[in-house]
Amino acid sequence: MRKILATLIAIASLGYSSAFAGTLVINTDLTDPAPKAAFEWAFTKFQEENPDVTIEVNNFDHEGYKQAIRNFLTTNPPDVFNWYAGNRMLPFVRAGLVEDVSDIWSDTGWVDGNLTDGMSHAKKPMTIGGKQWGIPYTYYQWGVYYRKDIFTANGISAPTTWDEFLAACATLKAAGVTPITIGSKYLWTTAGVFDYLNLRTNGYEFHMALTKGEIPYTDPRVHAVFDKWDELVKPGYFLENHAALAWQEAIAPMVNGEAAMYVMGNFSVALFKEGGLRDSNLGFFQFPEITPGIPMAEEAPTDTMHIASGAKNKIDAKRFLIFLSRADVQEEMNKTLGQLPVNSGSKVNPDPFLEAGLDMLNNAYAMAQFYDRDAPAEMASEGMKGFQEYMVNPDRRNKILERLEKVRQRVYK
Amino acid sequence: MVLCHPIFTVPNSTQLIYRKSSWWKRNQQRLTPWIFLFPGLLLFLVYVIWPIFNSLYISLLQWDGLSPAIYVGFSNYIELLDDEYFYISLANNLKWLIFFMLAVPIGLGLAIFLNQTIFGIRLIKSLFFFPFVISQVVIGIIFAWFYNPRGVIGPFLESIGLSNYAILADENFATYGIIFAGIYPQIAYCMILYLTGLNNLNTDQIEAGRMDGAKGLSLFKNIILPQLKPATFLAIVVTVIGSLRSFDMVAIMTQGGPWGSTNVLAYYMFETALSEYGYRMGYGSAIAAVLFTIMMFYILFFIYRMYQSEKKGL
Repeated sequence: MRKILATLIAIASLGYSSAFAGTLVINTDLTDPAPKAAFEWAFTKFQEENPDVTIEVNNFDHEGYKQAIRNFLTTNPPDVFNWYAGNRMLPFVRAGLVEDVSDIWSDTGWVDGNLTDGMSHAKKPMTIGGKQWGIPYTYYQWGVYYRKDIFTANGISAPTTWDEFLAACATLKAAGVTPITIGSKYLWTTAGVFDYLNLRTNGYEFHMALTKGEIPYTDPRVHAVFDKWDELVKPGYFLENHAALAWQEAIAPMVNGEAAMYVMGNFSVALFKEGGLRDSNLGFFQFPEITPGIPMAEEAPTDTMHIASGAKNKIDAKRFLIFLSRADVQEEMNKTLGQLPVNSGSKVNPDPFLEAGLDMLNNAYAMAQFYDRDAPAEMASEGMKGFQEYMVNPDRRNKILERLEKVRQRVYK
Repeated sequence: MVLCHPIFTVPNSTQLIYRKSSWWKRNQQRLTPWIFLFPGLLLFLVYVIWPIFNSLYISLLQWDGLSPAIYVGFSNYIELLDDEYFYISLANNLKWLIFFMLAVPIGLGLAIFLNQTIFGIRLIKSLFFFPFVISQVVIGIIFAWFYNPRGVIGPFLESIGLSNYAILADENFATYGIIFAGIYPQIAYCMILYLTGLNNLNTDQIEAGRMDGAKGLSLFKNIILPQLKPATFLAIVVTVIGSLRSFDMVAIMTQGGPWGSTNVLAYYMFETALSEYGYRMGYGSAIAAVLFTIMMFYILFFIYRMYQSEKKGL
């Protein structure tokens, strides 16, 4: 009896280990239709090119993934998993749960052609402590989406300076149109406005220093950003009751003409189009210049894939990441995603928004990753709560900034 | 040494037959209840008692759940004392406690109303009980849609000439909006408790009361309400516990917003320890410990009352 049991176990473990030799376990949260389709294509293509590898995908629901990742990275790590760049990956890197992939970036014989060349502009957000920790495969631009027809009807053209922007808002408000729509229930939309105001008022280096915790929130330069914000909030240029609306719910006013502008990322275009807007009445312009002479940096949150440090199949995992970094792969995936490939050798779909975005990002001075990815998690959540409270109660600015400063001192110590 | 006792005694010349009685057989009566309780006790120990002590220990650490933990003593608690969100959460928990109690009298009223024997009353009772059966998450989402300025209540207010009002965006009143949504299933639960109590009323007492001339309100106050005391007690206990555990509604409807003003201890604990932006297991555990202490006061009071009533043989 015992002999039979032992033999059975031996046979089972044989099968077990050989099954693992060519299996790549990938954990993803790509349940939205476009990312799901893009990755299905990528997995199929990778398996075609590498017939000895079988990909096993574990797909989690998008929000649940943010909790599940803490679990599975420690208890049951996959080989490859997706996440975000910048400070968002910091807790996992610091805990030693992510594999260092600097060798892929510096091309030590893994690929033909140097990765660093094609993706050098995206290297900074992937770097912590001088090493790179993943591969970015897509990003998208942020800016101002607007109703071209409402602008034309009111005799306004897309503003390029702050004064033009304020004038446009005033004209729209006088005509009974809410100048800027926003849905701040889930907080991060307010951070988009803050980031751009800071990037344009004080510049990219200041913004990075602030999110790194090197500058107090009570600094006069931060107050300067809020002075500019006052010029939008106090005259009531933002949508009413935005604290009760999710960002998707704030699209409706713009679609039915009650509002004219939205400070948003390119992922919103799909929703605008679903609501009925077309290229003829939906436009995009770069967030206007505030302090003249400051080089224009943009927000370009980057999605990434990483190797878990506890991965069983690191060799195939690295092959997959290299595959993911190729210009042709990123080009094809981003066609489905509707976003921008990171590899500068890739081309984009002929789409006015993508082309405008690519043009803008290729010429950007630098790229921020968005407040909740540049600042550590606790600072980000308190900061965004503060922005939301400020937007509804602008006179509480001093109290809010003092509170944020208290949080900064605790979080960054 | 084995105790022997005679099992049969046959009179006259037949020998006494002795059976050896084991320790088990002797103590069977005393031990059997413990054996039946043992699996349950074991699970309770592992899944309830040990996590309580583990949580209390974690509250003394500074830990992000991923990296090694650092022992920091009571500094999490000291930080709590200075945290304005903690006081907001405590205040909100108090509001929940007070306003949730409304579920008890409303449940009683509904139960009395439904305590008739018209045709189809059983179906109607089931429909009134339905809110308790639906998942709290679903109720939260539907109410959030009602409250949405573009949902149901907003346009309705505009249609009767008042200005649109988004209660969930108002930092002063959003909590009440959530409590209202939370009370909806709780009323159904209290109603069922009272319906059961009303079904078990002692008709002799009611007859006696009627004969003495009690009618309507005085009949209700003096005869019926005292008999409903067990149901009332249970309803209050469940309602208090429900109000302190009010995580679902807050998480679904406002995520603690606007800017943290609808936070309750249960949700604040989740936000600091387990949410997307929370990596502070130690701090979250400290909040959990505070919530646990508050509940302990209440539970001890409840156990004391139960023990007293058992002693009195009620």
